[in-house]
Formats: sequence, C-alpha cells, structure tokens
Amino acid sequence: MSSTQIPKELLYSREDEWARVEDHRVVVGITDYAQDQLGDIVFVELPEIGKPLEIRDVLGAIESVKAVSDLYAPVAGTIVEVNRQLEDKPEIVNEDCYGDGWMCVIEIAGDDALADLIDAAAYAQHCADRAD
Amino acid sequence: MSDADRRSRSGNAANGFGYEEALLFELSREDRVGYSLPELDVPAVSPTDVLPEGSVREDLAELPELSEVDVIRHFTRLSTWNAAVDLGLYPLGSCTMKYNPKLNERVAHLAGFSAAHPRQPAALLQGFLHLCYELARHLAEVSGMDRVTLQPAAGAQGELAGIMMIRAYHEHRRDHRTKVMIPDTAHGTNPATATLNGYSVVEVPSNDAGILEPAAVDAAMTEDVAGIMVTNPNTLGLFEENMAAIAEIIHAKGGLVYGDGANLNAVLGIARPGDLGIDVMHFNLHKTFSTPHGGGGPGSGPVGIKNLLAKHLPVPVVQKSSGPDGDAYVLDSDFPLSIGRLHGNFGNAGMFVRAYAYLRSLGPDGLRRCADMAVLNANYVLARLKDSGAYKIPFDRTVMHECIVSDGNFSEQGVSTLDIAKRLIDYGYHPPTTYFPLIVPGALMIEPTESESLEGLDRFIEALLAIADEVHEDPELVRTAPHHTRRSRLDETRAARKPVLRWQPNAAE
Repeated sequence: MSSTQIPKELLYSREDEWARVEDHRVVVGITDYAQDQLGDIVFVELPEIGKPLEIRDVLGAIESVKAVSDLYAPVAGTIVEVNRQLEDKPEIVNEDCYGDGWMCVIEIAGDDALADLIDAAAYAQHCADRAD
Repeated sequence: MSDADRRSRSGNAANGFGYEEALLFELSREDRVGYSLPELDVPAVSPTDVLPEGSVREDLAELPELSEVDVIRHFTRLSTWNAAVDLGLYPLGSCTMKYNPKLNERVAHLAGFSAAHPRQPAALLQGFLHLCYELARHLAEVSGMDRVTLQPAAGAQGELAGIMMIRAYHEHRRDHRTKVMIPDTAHGTNPATATLNGYSVVEVPSNDAGILEPAAVDAAMTEDVAGIMVTNPNTLGLFEENMAAIAEIIHAKGGLVYGDGANLNAVLGIARPGDLGIDVMHFNLHKTFSTPHGGGGPGSGPVGIKNLLAKHLPVPVVQKSSGPDGDAYVLDSDFPLSIGRLHGNFGNAGMFVRAYAYLRSLGPDGLRRCADMAVLNANYVLARLKDSGAYKIPFDRTVMHECIVSDGNFSEQGVSTLDIAKRLIDYGYHPPTTYFPLIVPGALMIEPTESESLEGLDRFIEALLAIADEVHEDPELVRTAPHHTRRSRLDETRAARKPVLRWQPNAAE
C-alpha cells in the first residue's frame, strides 16, 4: 500500500473518492487506492448535470475488468459539471486519477455538506486498515 | 527458465492435440454443403410469389458453407479446449458447479418430454404438467414455501419475478414504498433487480464476522422500505444466523423478505428458508438441483412464495383438478392481480425434468447428504489452506458451502489473485471466483461442491499450495501464467473498451 498516492491538499470519503474544495464547488474523483484496486477501468457512467444529491447518494458507476463499483457523492449538493472525456477514454482514470481523471463538479449545499470527509492522514489510515 | 522446464515443473493440464482452429467463416468454401435433399416431388414455388413484398432478401446471407465433417470436427475440437464439470473440479464460488448426473439426461430425453411441443393443448401435455406440478410441490417442501412458479428462465429473472410480486403486493395495498434493503455481501444481481423494479437501494453493512446484525437492519428499516434481499448462506459462505430476527424487524414495519437461493445447496434438508421468515425466494435449478450450468445451460430460476403473494403469481399457474376420472392438470390464468407472464411458454422445461429426476433419485436423505458433503468439503479445503499458512484467510471461522482466501500474503512478490487464478489453469483447474465478494480485497472464492472425493480435494489443495511456493520462488512464473494453454493472457481491457462483436470479411487486418 505504501505506493498509493494520497495528496495532502485533498479531502477524502471512506468510499474512496477525493474532493477538492474550490469555494462553493467541489471537484470529485476516485483515489489512487481505488483505481489500483479496480484495475483497468473500461467504462465510467457519469451523473446527470443538475441532479441534487445527499451525501452517499449513488453518483454513477465505474466498471473495470474486475468489477462494477458505484461512485458515491462525497458531499451534498448539485452536479454542475461532468468530465465527458471519460466516456471515450475511461483509462484516464487509471493514468491520472487526481488530475485529468476527475469525475464531476458538485456545487455544495448546506453548511454541513462536507461533514463526512476526512483528511489525507485519516484516509491513509483507512486504506492501511483495509490492507490488514 | 525454459518453456520445457516450466512445463515439466508442475501442472497436469494438457488437453487435446495441439492444433489451432479457425472460425467457421474462415473454414467456409464456396458451394461446399453438408446436406443432400431428395428431388422435389411437388411443384416448385418461388418465395417471391407467396411471401409479402419486402420479406424476401435479394442478396444471400453470408453463412459459412461447410460439410458435415467440417462442422463436427470444428465443434468437437473446440469442446476439447473446454473446462467442464465432466473433466474435473470446477470450484467457481457461488456458482455451485456440481456434477450433472447422466440419469437426468436420460429422463429428459424421453420422447414424451423431449418431443413435446409447448403449444400442444394441455390435454395432450398431462405427463409434463403433472411433472411441473410435482416439481413445484417438492421445491416448496424443500424450502418451506407455500407455492412455486417454474416460469423464470434463470436466477436473475427469478429475482425480478420475486421483487415484482413484492411490489404488486404493496401497490395493491396502496402502500407506496420506494426502497429495497440489500447487504454489502450481495450478488450484483440483487441491486440490479431492485433498480429494474423502480426501487432505490439501501445498503446494509455486514459486521466484522461477515454477517448481518439485526441492529444494522433495524437502523436502516423504515416504512419506505419494500423489503430486504438476503442470500443465506451469504457470499462469504457464512450462514446468516440472525435471519429470523432480521425477518421480524422487516415484517414489523410492513416489509417483505426476499431470499436469494443462490447458495441453497448448503442448507438442503437442514434449514428451510420459509421457516426463517423468508416470504419469497428463487431457486437455481442449474446450481442446487444439478441441471447443466454455464455454456451448457440454460438456467432455470423457479420462485417460491408464501400464500400472501399467491394472487400475484405469474400466469398461467399449473393447477391440479381432481374429478371422477382422476386427476387432471390445467393451466389457470384467472389471476387478475398476477404480475403477468414471464416466459413465452412454461420456462426452460427440459430443466424441470432434470431437476425432478435429481430430487426423486436423491430423496430427502440424499438431499441432506448433499448439503452435508458440500459443507464438509468447503471446510476441509479451508482447514488445509489455513493450516498451511500459505494463504491469507479473511474470515477464520467454520463456513458453509464455500470458503474465501485472498492474495494478501503475496503483495511483496507483486502476485495478485488474478495471477493465482491463471496459474491454476496450468494445474488443470477452472479458477475459482475472483475478486468477489467485493468487501474482501483480492478474494478467491472456492466452492468445491459435494461432487469431489477426498483425493480430488487433496489434488486441488496441493495445486494451490504448489502455486503459493512458486509465488515465493519464481513469482514471474505465476505472473505470466497460464503457460500450458493455447492462448495465455487475453487483453481483457481492450476487449471491454473496444469490443469486436461480430466477424466480418476482411476485418482481420
């Protein structure tokens, strides 16, 4: 697990999404740990723009050669942008999960929209716990 | 290490002659035929004279042109490349790849069954309908349910039928519910079934021991929840010990309990889902009741229900009517609240005959012995693997019909579950289920079934232990397996991203 990248400036969900907070917007993707566990990703199902979300609502799905996994909303809010590039090139998620492999942008709603997120150190511990 | 060394080192898989086999389309030669027809002894009729305009194609379909021997050799050769239950242990977890007794085939081939037409009038199908009625009765007896429909064509359609009946039940009571509760150990078909029925899914976590906790179910249960879908034993091979308490919690708030019968083999003759509070469940005849599974299918997924769902059964329902001339079997479609028809005819009828033959040839004691031996075999595999220390055991407790080990000991060597699975092919085994259930990282899910002898299990375990040694001595050998097959690692990623679904002339380059 030591090789898994967990950038310090991001927040994380326990379902292996990362979130980059930019004012009232949050960019969401899946972590290096998640893409490594999934293996080669072959399809990404993205949410509809304008969809209102509660924390942990299903956003979309990620299909890899191993399994299909749900993508959960790490924050509450509304979808305002999705990364259409992933529809044709899902492999970007494997190649650059924290950069070009982002999934969607959520405009956050409510004061406790970020309540469930954890920081990089706590997420690293969460990954290590599962490796035991 | 040379290829020859690799071959001599280990493994016993080598089937058939070492030929390649082209596609039928590539084997085709113009005007080659595999039939001869007698001369026409009636006046010739041109299709364009008798068929409506537009229904006769102008160009010829580019079907392959082959002789009989071409076709027979083609398929026989391919069949020798197959893994099959008739060739050896097929430990595909959660699939119950048990041996299919040949007696089933003999009975299914009796002309009264095999030559019958599904649209014959019921009066001319009495033998078959009698069998349907009896099979449904036996399945109900084995499971503790009140009624059984045989229509669903496989397990996933059985689930669909079951949740449709749950939905019909609530809607008929004007009780509009929106969610279905599903544990995190569930088969992927469960959430798919709920979604297809318009429900959203509430996931319930299993506890550290791998089973559902009544408190977790209670916390998630609301009057919005139509029901819970539970597989018992679950996909970790563990018996859901709190099933009755969980059913009580669900029932108390007006929900119903769906039982996924995928793993019924482990409890045949021992525990009946109906007695544990299950209201509706499906059976997989192609798992538990020894009808062919996989490419040799088709499947068959009968559904058992408690009487509270009876008015929603799919139609037609096979009923027995007793009169002065004896019993007769009729097709009853008078169910105004039925969820409708699920199959054009009766379902996968040939499977009913095979499953009935299996049930009757084993009898109650034989069925129980199936479960006993399936559970004993899985625990034997787990115990030997655990004692060896070679594999990581995520849930160290007595299991039911299947057990799980993981690749957790091999991360330093960079060897994954996929590599172990591929290497098993060199040893002559179809790999177990991999990377499932999802809550165990790198899972290898092994279900030996009751069909294996002690020697057969030992050979399989020795293969797994030999592979664990190879991981430490020569990880490259495992990472690049299989070495004994005609093809090694196919590019699954490219196949999924850019699938080529159909052969086309000149597409090869």
